[in-house]
Amino acid sequence: MNESGKHTLSVLVENKPGVLARIASLFSRRGFNIDSLAVGPTEHPEVSRMTIVVDVEKSPLEQVTKQLNKLVEVIKIVELDGPGSVNRELLLVKVRADATTRGAVLDAVQLFRAKVVDVAPDAVTIQAVGNAAKLGDLLKVLEPFGVRELVQSGMVAIGRGSRSISERPQRPVAVPAPASAIAT
Amino acid sequence: MTEQGGQGSGSVTGAQSLVTSLEAAGVTDIFGIPGGAILPAYDPLMDSTRIRHILVRHEQGAGHAAQGYAAATGRVGVCMATSGPGATNLVTPLADAHMDSVPMVAVTGQVGASMIGTDAFQEADIRGITMPVTKHNFLVTDPADIPHTIAEAFHIASTGRPGPVLVDIAKSALQAQTTFAWPSELHLPGYRPVTTPHAKQIKEAVRLIREARRPVLYVGGGVIRARAHRELAQLAALTGIPVVTTLMARGAFPDSNPQHLGMPGMHGTVAAVAGLQKSDLIISLGARFDDRVTGNLDSFAPHALVVHADIDPAEIGKNRHVDVPIVGDCKEVIAQLVAVLQAEGADGDYEAWVAFLAGVKKTYALGYDAPTDGSLAPQYVLERLSAIAGSDSIYVSGVGQHQMWAAQFVEYEQPNTWINSGGLGTMGFSVPAAMGAKVGMPDTTVWAIDGDGCFQMTNQELATCAINDIPIKVAIINNESLGMVRQWQTLFYNERYSNTDLHSKRIPDFVKLADAYGCVGLACESPDEVDATIEKAMAIDDQPVVVDFRVHRDAMVWPMVAAGASNDDIKYARDLAPQFDDVQDDWEVRA
Repeated sequence: MNESGKHTLSVLVENKPGVLARIASLFSRRGFNIDSLAVGPTEHPEVSRMTIVVDVEKSPLEQVTKQLNKLVEVIKIVELDGPGSVNRELLLVKVRADATTRGAVLDAVQLFRAKVVDVAPDAVTIQAVGNAAKLGDLLKVLEPFGVRELVQSGMVAIGRGSRSISERPQRPVAVPAPASAIAT
Repeated sequence: MTEQGGQGSGSVTGAQSLVTSLEAAGVTDIFGIPGGAILPAYDPLMDSTRIRHILVRHEQGAGHAAQGYAAATGRVGVCMATSGPGATNLVTPLADAHMDSVPMVAVTGQVGASMIGTDAFQEADIRGITMPVTKHNFLVTDPADIPHTIAEAFHIASTGRPGPVLVDIAKSALQAQTTFAWPSELHLPGYRPVTTPHAKQIKEAVRLIREARRPVLYVGGGVIRARAHRELAQLAALTGIPVVTTLMARGAFPDSNPQHLGMPGMHGTVAAVAGLQKSDLIISLGARFDDRVTGNLDSFAPHALVVHADIDPAEIGKNRHVDVPIVGDCKEVIAQLVAVLQAEGADGDYEAWVAFLAGVKKTYALGYDAPTDGSLAPQYVLERLSAIAGSDSIYVSGVGQHQMWAAQFVEYEQPNTWINSGGLGTMGFSVPAAMGAKVGMPDTTVWAIDGDGCFQMTNQELATCAINDIPIKVAIINNESLGMVRQWQTLFYNERYSNTDLHSKRIPDFVKLADAYGCVGLACESPDEVDATIEKAMAIDDQPVVVDFRVHRDAMVWPMVAAGASNDDIKYARDLAPQFDDVQDDWEVRA
């Protein structure tokens, strides 16, 4: 997040089939790199929210947002900066843990305020939520025990404070009179 | 019959709802070909008294015809095709329309909703395929969605920066029963084109215009699409600033006006290229700093500040750094520039600059060397065509040498009289686009100016023209080769002519081919036959005419800025660079 070139975009889109493909296709066609992308519903059923982390410099970022804005189904784009927002990723990781190491693994889980969500005789599955840095640190601690499998979500982010980016009313657009084509 | 404003009829099929929706959107002409998935729509279409459907011979022809129709009239062009191959044949015209901002709606049939995704017969994911080459596209599987989707498609295609919209409709939706209800309002929360420019930006632009010593109006296709030629004429007259019109903007400003420097770019006039390159202020109006205009971007107009006005914010600053960005419709932008300039005083001092450019324009006027062997110069054909057919005719070109000569040697006085494939560079554009233009403007003479290579890509639409009483005229500039590629082989590949010889003076016989298609075929081989041949073609108005102008094959397009080279290195003719260093010394770069 704080690395240079990484920007977090919150994109409100119409909740319609094909929107994700449209956005992915735009990124690929224009040669922009997506670091991570997360999609989910919002408080409005017709609106989905994407959190896209892109790795670009400032001037291509402007092109990214302008090109995204041209998509008819994109309603609004807001860039969230690190200090002004809360960002989180979800990690599920399966770590080798038998009777001799389980205690040490659980200590790590506690230290990072993570959670054990599944236990097997020779492994535990841990769930952790945090920003990329925190999850990276947790993984560093767990690695010596043996990471058997891991899965990580894209980042989701929200601005701090009481303001909402989705408050804007969505008025319909009036259709221009459709010629005098239809007789009355 | 139904009434406007959300009222509807009783139960109809989706197909009937589609046809009624197209009528409600004001459609009067559709170019298309039926097939399995779109078949239900063709049945009620047969009964429509408002819509003329023109059966073309290839879907690509339908698409280009819709483009030509739109470019000539300013109305939305419409084409229709079936699923699978019918739809994929529309991809080229859609991509072409997307590059050149042509308002167009394509309606395609899709396999039945339950079959989608099963690799059914003639199934293609045309919405997925056309995502990157359309302004927007839709897949309709519920017949109730047909009217508002058609209304949205026409709204999106024709507003903001115009472009192509595809509506793919499942056969099951066309066959199902539904009710027709034309929407009274559209729900497009993410689509709000900005047309009115910011007053502060206009003021700032005016400040730069008044301070500049070497300004130039860089006019692009946006001025044509916005119908802003009158406002442009006002701005030019008020300020006296020299004007260049890009390939897409030919006709936006009269060629006869002495302020007009011509077309800039790779094959632009020396004056227009110099006008941009040496300016201290580029006022870009609906243009997009395309690589064919700027040449090497790093050395393009190094001393110029840039005012960039465009309705598409993404174009502003995309290629060239911008000092004053203006988002808005060119018509409104230019009108406001005029208003503020009138209020504050259009008192810029451009005298030395205007005089310099007038000198360049005179010294390096467009010209060509007539072949010494008495054969026909292609440039001469276009000069004579322009003189005889005049500036009221519409000229529609293909892509290549003939396109550049048509842009250079035909004199354009009005917008929408020059139609070509600028951005995508689609060979084969000319004949079907001319057909579309003629359908839209039946009382105007329409000349397709085509190459022998281009012509052989889409000439099957001559049958459509002959049968449907669409009397276009085609001038084939026949140099029996893929001329522009050959020119590059001459200049950059040691005259090794790999696969550019078409032998088209031998095969096919274009006169016989025209005859076979029910058109009048004429041939012309020498300069002294040119006028008589063109006049003969002009006299025929009840049949399409094809003229085979058999021209000298080694003619080249000049001036030229080689691909990737700097505009400073423009060649007036082969190995001949213009000299204007003496005048340049007077201009110290503004601090």
